[in-house]
Amino acid sequence: MTELDPGLVGEQIAESDQISEPGGTGGEIGRSRRRKEDARLLTGHTRWTDNLVQPGMLYVMFLRSPMAHARITRVDVSGARGLPGVFAAFSGQDFADEQGSLPCAWPVSEDIVIPDHPPMAVSEVRYVGEAVACVVATDRYRAADALEAIEVDYEPLPAVVDMNDALTEGSPKVHEAGNQAFTAKITSGDIEAAFRDAPVLIDRTYIQQRLIPSAMEPRAVLASTDGDGFTLWTSTQIPHVLRVMLAVTTGIPEHKIRVVAPDVGGGFGSKLQVTAEEVLCLLLTRRLGRPVKWTESRSEGNLTVHHGRDQIQHIRVAAESDGRIRGLQVDLLADMGAYLMLVTPGIPMLGAALYNAIYKMDAYEFGCTGVFTTKMPTDAYRGAGRPEATYAIERVMDELAAELGLDPVEVRRRNWIRHEEFPYTTIAGLTYDSGNYEAATDRAMALFGYDKLRAEQADRRDRGDPVQLGIGVSIYTEMCGLAPSRLLGESNYGAGGWEHGTIRMLPTGKVEVITGTSPHGQGHVTAWSQIVADTLGVPFEDITVLHGDTAISHKGMDTYGSRSLVVGGVAVLQACEKVKDKARKLAAHLLECSPEDLEFAEGAFQVRGTDSRKTIQELAFAAFTAHSLPEGVEAGLDSDSTFDPDNYSFPHGTHLCAVEVDTETGMSKIRSYVAVDDVGKVINPLIVDGQVHGGIAQGIAQALYEEAVYDAEGNLLTTTMADYLLPSAADLPTFVTDRTETPATSNPLGVKGVGEAGTIASTPAVVNAIVDALRPRGIHDVQMPCTPERVWRALEGVRR
Amino acid sequence: MPRITVTVDGVGYEEEVEPRLLLVHLLRERLGKTGTPVGCDTSNCGACTVMLDGKTVKSCSVLAVQADGCDIVTIEGLGSPGSMHPMQRAFHEEHALQCGYCTPGMVMAAIDLLRDTPDPSEEAIREGLEGNLCRCTGYCNIVRAVRRGAQEMGQAVKSS
Ligand code: FES
Ligand code: FES
Repeated sequence: MTELDPGLVGEQIAESDQISEPGGTGGEIGRSRRRKEDARLLTGHTRWTDNLVQPGMLYVMFLRSPMAHARITRVDVSGARGLPGVFAAFSGQDFADEQGSLPCAWPVSEDIVIPDHPPMAVSEVRYVGEAVACVVATDRYRAADALEAIEVDYEPLPAVVDMNDALTEGSPKVHEAGNQAFTAKITSGDIEAAFRDAPVLIDRTYIQQRLIPSAMEPRAVLASTDGDGFTLWTSTQIPHVLRVMLAVTTGIPEHKIRVVAPDVGGGFGSKLQVTAEEVLCLLLTRRLGRPVKWTESRSEGNLTVHHGRDQIQHIRVAAESDGRIRGLQVDLLADMGAYLMLVTPGIPMLGAALYNAIYKMDAYEFGCTGVFTTKMPTDAYRGAGRPEATYAIERVMDELAAELGLDPVEVRRRNWIRHEEFPYTTIAGLTYDSGNYEAATDRAMALFGYDKLRAEQADRRDRGDPVQLGIGVSIYTEMCGLAPSRLLGESNYGAGGWEHGTIRMLPTGKVEVITGTSPHGQGHVTAWSQIVADTLGVPFEDITVLHGDTAISHKGMDTYGSRSLVVGGVAVLQACEKVKDKARKLAAHLLECSPEDLEFAEGAFQVRGTDSRKTIQELAFAAFTAHSLPEGVEAGLDSDSTFDPDNYSFPHGTHLCAVEVDTETGMSKIRSYVAVDDVGKVINPLIVDGQVHGGIAQGIAQALYEEAVYDAEGNLLTTTMADYLLPSAADLPTFVTDRTETPATSNPLGVKGVGEAGTIASTPAVVNAIVDALRPRGIHDVQMPCTPERVWRALEGVRR
Repeated sequence: MPRITVTVDGVGYEEEVEPRLLLVHLLRERLGKTGTPVGCDTSNCGACTVMLDGKTVKSCSVLAVQADGCDIVTIEGLGSPGSMHPMQRAFHEEHALQCGYCTPGMVMAAIDLLRDTPDPSEEAIREGLEGNLCRCTGYCNIVRAVRRGAQEMGQAVKSS
């Protein structure tokens, strides 16, 4: 439990204590609107995929490999087929001709090896949990019984678990082509000159442990066919991308596939995937002509939802004796797991241009080797490449400070881009459009009581208090708003990064918004309503937002990478502007004036200097009846727009964490946590705070609690929530959050994105605090998650 | 097959159930009460929490036959979108849900917590909700919501 500074908490509660009130026109953007999504979710009127039922629906279950690596010598499903309630049972061989290979859309380098990835294993399994057979039965209990009647013979092959071992000569191979998936290198500036005779050299290796994303809703898929086309309801973040990929993978024509993401219970990147189960359910409904549903159990999910992180980071900094950085060199080993899934190899590359972070330097070099192992593939997990980069650089900045005897904030100040230097093109080639690290840091230090806590720390050190205080600093930036299509093309990504929005004004003056984003907790329905209410001057309550169904939202690039508002929100704004342009022409026609004579305010066009006006609702009705339209204006008041940003957005912030470390037990307790983030303009402060809170919690979870553990044979030891420790309310403190604001210049809303900021910032803040507490005892690193045992062992190591 | 009678959200049901059928599957798949979700298979997450004869249980760790003769209240019986329970309203006001998957269980656990501790401290709330996991909110707003719900429920009791 964390003690709270009552003053700060009181202030926070007072700030958020405005209650809902009905809307008028204007003033919606920037307001803490309570969410439209809530009432349904709070009263159980939910549409999780597993809630959905179709007439004649059957249940699918998969038999999964207990071996990390083996040849399949025999699969006999006949025992399952005869059982009561069992409709069908199949092995991988039964799908061999039609299942295709699960796609990898990001071949990041020339030398990349993309192995065949059958949705159901046919001849070889390469990780524990890979599907080898399935049953289809009238209910899930009978399906579970039937799984036990399937016989599979395996011929064991050696597991490959450790990345360094995997790359040694003579290591057993995961795939025939070897264990190296790809290599990549980026160089900028004269790295040799930067390191030559550098007065200060810091050289560290950090391990990003493997994580399990753990969205609370397990994955589920329901597939049905009407004999012509197919509908797939699935717990996904990417209905649009999935539809294209299902067509490419299975050969079913794209226009015959409809994908629906109904209510989706969290994703955090884990549902940014084209999964084996989605493909197989589609094939099963085609084969059986019956709707089929599959819902995973949590243990099944821990094994088979893609994992996150799992990198070994070698980082070197060359600096002047005053702490100014000359050069930075980063070399990564990134564990791909057994296959390359949708964006697996792109994850470490998303961090490639961010190790230099907020700092100026003369030279930078980044290298990465992707490695195959016989484990679940890795892929996007909240932050995806950016938390890893931020962790390594922010850990090493503390090491630099310690080496020079400087305060960690001071060493950062000496290196960061000053606010007057924006826009600033970094050594890695990104152009940061706006920011003010000074303002965010000053505000965070004030809220945190930095000097007072440093004084207390010194006092505890002097007294030899068994409970030491550590202060962790993390000042981050990230690239969000994925992404400019042009830049994605340059990085060889298989799609664009634009987003789409449609506005339909209905005859009665209500508004339907259609978005290509696919929210699963982020509150787009509310935030998009706020944008539309202000832009069209219609009441917030009169707006509905439709999403997540390829039959309704016909174009979209979905939700990930803190992109939804930055790209999708702007597309909605632009569609509103187009609707207004059309409404203006119609109003001028009806009011018999020229369009330039009209001014738009509070949802109406008014002839300047008169009281003759038409409201947007009246114009919607006039466009619907179409009795009198001007030349060239078509019936209906609607429009759509796509937005493709010309740069990423760059949120930044300063997070400070105070941790009490009990040097006798190794127990770490977060005493206070302050986050000051600059996410540009804010549409809904309540939602932004919520995103920051959740993000911080996930980053703390990596620092202190979570780790997916495989044994030497490649068995996952953390298959349940009893083994994989997700923090509960009792494990976390209340966070103090605040904001500074420098608007983004790359989009007209000035927004930067907030989905991943907290996660990116908080992991190094916590670990820096723990190390800061222990540094006087000669400890310079603790491996994550920093469990009491690990801290205690580190202390034992230096006591000896 | 055993025959059981249960009342769920005020409606009586008589059902023949396999002895191994979990209460949560009876609710979701036989009675169509899909407001109560399932988040795990080891009784850790609390998403499936319902009231059974006035006390919270994790409905994934109760057999349907054990609920024979019982009165069950799920999130659907607590309030409706037009007239929410004060705790549901407090969750809305404090933005204590994002994806909403943990929410039914969280609201049920919060109400149960207040039965023993009508005016809980932050620490008591955090400890009291330990059996309910949320991946989205970081719990800050859930703690605020429970405090707010407690105040409003306290006032409701006083004013009635
Ligand atoms: S589903 Fe019942 S505790 Fe997780
Ligand atoms: S709101 Fe998503 S798990 Fe709690």
